[in-house]
Amino acid sequence: MNEVPVTVTVNDERYRAFVEPRKTLADFLREDCVLTGTHLGCEHGVCGACTVLIDGDAVRSCLMFAVQADGAEVVTIEGLAPPGELGPVQEAFREEHGLQCGFCTPGFVVSVHAFLAANPRPSRTEIREALSGNLCRCTGYQGIVRAVERVAAGIAGAPTAAPTATGDEAAS
Amino acid sequence: MSTAAPATPTAARFIGTSVKRREDRRMLTGHGHYIDDVVVPGLLHAAFVRSDLARGRITRLDVEAARELEGVRAVYTAADLNGGQHEYWQTMVGRDAPYPPFRALADGDVRYVGEPIAIVVADTRYIAEDGCELVEVDYDPLPPVLDPHVAADDTEQVVHPELGTNVASEIPAMPNPDLEAAFASAAHVFEETISQHRHLQVPMETRGLVAHWDPGARTLRIWASTQSPHEYRAFFARYLAIPENCIRVTMDDVGGGFGQKVFAMREDMTVVLATRKLGRPIKWIEDRRENLVAASSARAEDVRVRMAVDAEGRIQAVDVEHTEDVGSYPVPGPGSSAAFTAMMFTGPYKIPRLGFRNRAVFTNTNGRAPYRGPWMMETVGREIMMDLVARELGLDPAEFRLRNIVRSEDLPFTTPTMMVYDSVTPHETLLQAVDLVDYEAFRAEQERARAEGRYLGIGISVYVEPSSMGFGLMSQEVATVRVDSSGKVQLIMGTASHGQSLETTMAQIVADHLGVDIDDVVFIQGDTDIAPYNAGTGGSRSAVYSGGAAREASVRVHEKAIEIVAHAMEAAPEDLEIDGGVISVRGTPSRSMTLREVAELAYVGTDSLPPGMEPGLEATARYKGPRFTWSNAAHICTVEVDVATGHVTILRYVVSEDCGVMINPMVVDGQIDGGVVQGIGGVLYEHMIYDDNGNPLTTTFLDYLVPTAAEVPDIEHGHIETPAPGNPGGYKGMGEGGAIGSPPAVVNAVADALAPLGIRVTNQPLGPNDVFALVEAARAATT
Ligand code: FES
Ligand code: FES
Repeated sequence: MNEVPVTVTVNDERYRAFVEPRKTLADFLREDCVLTGTHLGCEHGVCGACTVLIDGDAVRSCLMFAVQADGAEVVTIEGLAPPGELGPVQEAFREEHGLQCGFCTPGFVVSVHAFLAANPRPSRTEIREALSGNLCRCTGYQGIVRAVERVAAGIAGAPTAAPTATGDEAAS
Repeated sequence: MSTAAPATPTAARFIGTSVKRREDRRMLTGHGHYIDDVVVPGLLHAAFVRSDLARGRITRLDVEAARELEGVRAVYTAADLNGGQHEYWQTMVGRDAPYPPFRALADGDVRYVGEPIAIVVADTRYIAEDGCELVEVDYDPLPPVLDPHVAADDTEQVVHPELGTNVASEIPAMPNPDLEAAFASAAHVFEETISQHRHLQVPMETRGLVAHWDPGARTLRIWASTQSPHEYRAFFARYLAIPENCIRVTMDDVGGGFGQKVFAMREDMTVVLATRKLGRPIKWIEDRRENLVAASSARAEDVRVRMAVDAEGRIQAVDVEHTEDVGSYPVPGPGSSAAFTAMMFTGPYKIPRLGFRNRAVFTNTNGRAPYRGPWMMETVGREIMMDLVARELGLDPAEFRLRNIVRSEDLPFTTPTMMVYDSVTPHETLLQAVDLVDYEAFRAEQERARAEGRYLGIGISVYVEPSSMGFGLMSQEVATVRVDSSGKVQLIMGTASHGQSLETTMAQIVADHLGVDIDDVVFIQGDTDIAPYNAGTGGSRSAVYSGGAAREASVRVHEKAIEIVAHAMEAAPEDLEIDGGVISVRGTPSRSMTLREVAELAYVGTDSLPPGMEPGLEATARYKGPRFTWSNAAHICTVEVDVATGHVTILRYVVSEDCGVMINPMVVDGQIDGGVVQGIGGVLYEHMIYDDNGNPLTTTFLDYLVPTAAEVPDIEHGHIETPAPGNPGGYKGMGEGGAIGSPPAVVNAVADALAPLGIRVTNQPLGPNDVFALVEAARAATT
């Protein structure tokens, strides 16, 4: 099959590759960029495990082709905090037991970043609505909802409440 | 060396506290390592051609075009692979259990939609799927066997012609004159059939594996997404007739299992046979459609329950006829959970007599596999029956339960199935849950709401969980605790934690019982070359069994370290204590040695060890536990039903549970929550649907509805902490309980809400259409 060149900036690093036009962005990130934190839970746009930020917006990378991301700025779970560190959302998930098996977690954390950037002081109902695009089978969502409330209340053990980790900078 | 464990840790710093998880950092930063992240040199990718017919003969199977496709390395059918199979059986149920006829790939006929027919192995997954498109299959359709009640007595239309019957396994009715006499003389006898529909386990990470047969070394390497690496190794040793020591199975992070990932299934077998033939590493990652259609299913079963009650509302006898739909290729064995359903049917109540019969029936559907509390039809059947009967008797469901529930003064209590509850608290948890939800206040509110034409309901469910069942392979667990030469600790276990947080909780146990900081303990699991033979993770057994082993190994190392220091410092062992990796003379902290110094003596300065002591500072303990460790809980759910739309809204959800000593309360609550939401999902949203031809209709997450955060209530917890008498830590397993207790609580709440309309709820699911249909039928009946 014909391969075409793409250039994508992921977590502030530039990746150039030749890919088949049908290759999904998720597979490009996982295989060509070896950023395996982006997970595939359904490959049909429902579970949210594959969520990444593209130019600041939360996007399902299973529903997009790599060629469509040509020239875009992508932030994945690996790029939300400096290596070895947890950003405020990640810290809150840990504090509130917002993960068990961890498979859905990258998608939730990335989605929450985008959500809180747009709505830094959400109500509990707004949080539950916002999270409804991501599926988790382990936690019953209890710790995840608490984690988002914790970040919004500015008690995640981080200097600021808003998610200002590298993700937002790269996306801006 | 003494094996008697002290009753309490030297310093209980970690056990009992909500230590934050040690798993989290890697998972939160995208550095978890799941099966699809495994890459090895020369890796090929597999995809399956599957049946799109429920039952029929294969009249033509043409794989030539697929074989020709560039990038395809192999296409195999039954003719190529099935001859490589030897024995097929699972260790847990043993060689002599009844099994479906086994085959990796469909051979000559198909028996459910999704049955694997051919495997395409290619350079990329994309090409493998292209190859699948080129495989042509023609069928001669046969009428599918779909209704287990019909199929059970049918010897003409059979799922497995080799067997000549659709009955996979059976528990026959026993003549029981005492039981019949109780029914004959009872003041009241009630009968009802209660069912639950087909649910799916739905781990967010689908199944998958990488397998590599090395033809030079003649070894098999499997990277698995499994709950039990050793079962995979043992299974494939038998399956391929090669020694276990030629197989290495490892698992890393696993994205959920819920029972689906305990046993090797047909795709695993096919991939292993394919690599054996090809000598190249092959990866197969299930896609979601495959997972929803062909991985495994659960819960498709019903019970016909007769209940005899005396004039005071005390239950005298229960008689149960249980039918399970086990699909076509269930695991393990015949896929039946009936023995445990029978065993637990009387649950937390003083019911003196039980009759039970079961038939597990093959159908042309996705095979049954364990799902969180596989036997939980007992709780569903009993707790829904409790409410139905209470209403008939004019008693409040809480009151009816209180008249029958096992109380502390009844202990030890022997059930009619000869189970002995030594330490359970169903009465206490029920009272606590009633208190937490403020039952009386809700009844008053319900009264007011009814006056306004709103339908509120409250549902109770109480159960006893037979956690940590100590049968066969499951009767023991093992841990190695090793202090390395730098004084740090390795904990090596045969567990396969996949969300249960064992990396944290087991380290808590070691830290306390050895006397080190938790950050000095590294947890290693999931590698059959490193970890001793073991049953893995499932069956709510890790706290009791793995915890028991970790504790015992820690205690032994602790005692040895104390002996070494006592000898080196000329102190009495009983004057020494260890904390934070430092052993000191009690009251004289200046006289101390670090664990590092002890390790140096143990490995290098061996002449300074006590005379006759074996060098080294490690211990492996195998813990054999009791047959049962009973935990228990009471769930109460309140709902509002919109009778105009059939929509059910959960208002509150309260759980009071007793899992003995809690190693990590945060983890306990997290396990409860996950299970409760799976149960809520099962009642209100999830339903794997087949049409009349055996075609699955719920093939995506748009059709099979897993609950999201928007549908789920806040879950409130209460705890009663009664230490288990049967294990030194006092732990009770609880991982499955949430999923056991929640479905009948939700059903009963909906039924309670609709009771003024004369509606009785015995079936699930209770999605808006189902509830609306109940309301319509009730209205039609009264007009
Ligand atoms: S994998 Fe993309 S939404 Fe599920
Ligand atoms: S933590 Fe396992 S799916 Fe969310």
